Amino acid sequence: MMRPQRLMVLLATGLALTSTACGGGDGSQDASGKKVSITVGCMPAKSQPTQRREWNEDVAAFHRLHPDITVVGKDAFPCADPKTFTAKLAGGQMEDVFYTYFTDVQNVIKSGQAADLTKYLGSVKQVPDLQPSVKRVFTGPDGRIYGLPRQNYSMGLLYSRKLFKQAGLDPDTPPATWAELRADAKKIAALGKGIVGYADYSAGNQGGWHFTTELYGQGGDVVTPDGKKAAFNSPQGQAVLENLRQMRWVDDSMGSKQLLQLADVQQMMAAGRLGMYLSAPDNVTALVDQFQGSYKDYGLAPIPEAKATLIGGDGYMVNVKASPAKIKAGMLWLEYYVLTPGQGQLNYQREARYGRAVGLPQPDFYTGSTASSDHALRGASANVPVANYKPYEDASGRIPGKLEPPNAQQVYAVLDSVMSAVLTDRNADPGRLLATAQRKVDGILARSN
Amino acid sequence: MTTTALRKAASRRSPSRPAGPRRAASRYGVRRTVSAYGFLCGALICFALFSWYPIVREALLGFQRTNFVGRSEWVGLDNFHRVGADPAFGKAWLNTLEFTGLALLCGYVLPFVTALVLNELRHARAYLRFVVYLPVLLPPAVAVLLFKWFYDPGPGLFNQLLRLAHLPGLSWLDSTSTALLSLVIVSTWMNMGSGTLIYLAALQSVEGELYEAAELDGAGLLRRVWHVTIPQTRLILLVMLLLQVIATMQVFIEPYLLTGGGPQDATVSVVYLMYQYAFNFNSYGGGSALGLMLMLVLMVFSAAYLRLTRDEGR
Repeated sequence: MMRPQRLMVLLATGLALTSTACGGGDGSQDASGKKVSITVGCMPAKSQPTQRREWNEDVAAFHRLHPDITVVGKDAFPCADPKTFTAKLAGGQMEDVFYTYFTDVQNVIKSGQAADLTKYLGSVKQVPDLQPSVKRVFTGPDGRIYGLPRQNYSMGLLYSRKLFKQAGLDPDTPPATWAELRADAKKIAALGKGIVGYADYSAGNQGGWHFTTELYGQGGDVVTPDGKKAAFNSPQGQAVLENLRQMRWVDDSMGSKQLLQLADVQQMMAAGRLGMYLSAPDNVTALVDQFQGSYKDYGLAPIPEAKATLIGGDGYMVNVKASPAKIKAGMLWLEYYVLTPGQGQLNYQREARYGRAVGLPQPDFYTGSTASSDHALRGASANVPVANYKPYEDASGRIPGKLEPPNAQQVYAVLDSVMSAVLTDRNADPGRLLATAQRKVDGILARSN
Repeated sequence: MTTTALRKAASRRSPSRPAGPRRAASRYGVRRTVSAYGFLCGALICFALFSWYPIVREALLGFQRTNFVGRSEWVGLDNFHRVGADPAFGKAWLNTLEFTGLALLCGYVLPFVTALVLNELRHARAYLRFVVYLPVLLPPAVAVLLFKWFYDPGPGLFNQLLRLAHLPGLSWLDSTSTALLSLVIVSTWMNMGSGTLIYLAALQSVEGELYEAAELDGAGLLRRVWHVTIPQTRLILLVMLLLQVIATMQVFIEPYLLTGGGPQDATVSVVYLMYQYAFNFNSYGGGSALGLMLMLVLMVFSAAYLRLTRDEGR
């Protein structure tokens, strides 16, 4: 039996360790001294050794420039998991400078968890050149700015140049209309051996997400401008479903396996069994990095006849509990690592030297001189076949971007059902499906408003 | 030997024990009692922290609106009304009940029959027992993803087999009429190993003389099963039935990984909907309300289970 003295010692040690773990400071001395330590989210994980090495180099270089600021990176993959994001915020585990998706920004602002950065942004040189649409994402209802973007994307058409060639199509002339896309998909599917011409998602709320993308492309909208009613039961919504129905059941160019999600489609594309699907440019990197694809085999184009396209992205916000000194330090770090062309994440020369892909298209992040400088630097270090992505790059300036609708996931869950019906039921009636979905979404919006 | 007997033996050895050792023995007894309560406290604290507190918290969340960041707000039965008005709500319950029914038909009968067959075998019993149990050793996610390939309408294993038999291929997961049944098949395959082993253990405890007597009375295999095996293993069968109802009503991993609830909500289960509310719709209150409803239904089954096992135990 344990003696009471020993028990006391163990208890005391346990308590001491617990209090150290719970109350352990981060070394910041912003209140009394000059030294500041900030925790920053989205440090590349160890499974991404090159990106991690670049991060460490940048942290060291930044520390040489600002010896009083220590940047403590917190790694995670993916950088923000919507399932743990709120729990981290609630549990006080969120970093001083934290990573967030465009779709979460307004919720974070509404919940009062982000610091108002407006008065600190004067020191960040690139802010005046940020695209207004991107800046708007981080602007609260009070007109104040609560964050800075890290990257953004817009949806386009990713296609297999290899299969285009095999099907006798010109890989430099991707389809510009849905009629052309249908014809091309049919030719690719005719290659046989289980090859699919065009694939689309219809499960895990991703079907709703792609329906939205295609609907934006047709010029339609998911909800009315006041966000109170569903707006997808429209000629544009019908056109989206009719295209899919024709390709699936008349042309037989979408394969027999449905209920697909992102990973399924990427696997099909990487295995050379898929001709086209809608995606953002970062999917090319995923195909190469995760599925051993080759950059030369893929091409990017705008969504056919796109009148608008779905945009998204991510950025950084600052914890509302951060002191002014930490906020200033955070702004200096973001300026150095995120926003300055030629430095940090925009150091294209280093990326190319380390064997990473440079030259994949990105929607215009900046305007003015910062945009020109960024383009020039990226072009100079490009090591991927940029001509393959030219149709997308050329169109990105003229196609307006649109963000996801309110209550996006709940609306997507309903629209998933519409997508899966059209792709799995030969007799599905698009009109009836949209009318039913409209009633459901109207109910969701009424309950949430 | 009991403690009292030990004490008696000790007192016989030393008839005139001094008062000192008696006090020491009493102190020892107190210390033992205190340490026993100490250990009990540890268990109670663990249960309170990791089991009872989350249950109470979930029950409270069902009546609150919260994002875990700002202040929680009491909303009465709003969350229940909200999830009840969701068009997927009724469908999710119907799917769950249908899944439970089908899973009982397949997943309850099949392991029992397999155990009966294994019990009758004279050769390769250990090997076959291992083969039957093998799927349980696979992580559920791996097993489910394996079936994703089996069900592929194109090059998938099942349709290849059907084609070999000159039968038309099925859409499996892609059809509203076969999707739920396809999930039941996966679930049965993943779980039947454990059930079979439990039934096998129960069968082996049945006295051989009973079968011999039945055989002498001219009972065939089916009559032996009906009149000897089932009555002798009734308690285990009952317990397994109710435990299986409780487990299958909480189906989640199969629709989550195989169908994402589709096609056309044909495989949305109550727990899948609960997950959607909590983690995709950011409505923890809605998710908790659904969880509470499911808990109430399962409590009815649990009460029935307790009642039945109590009667059987007498």
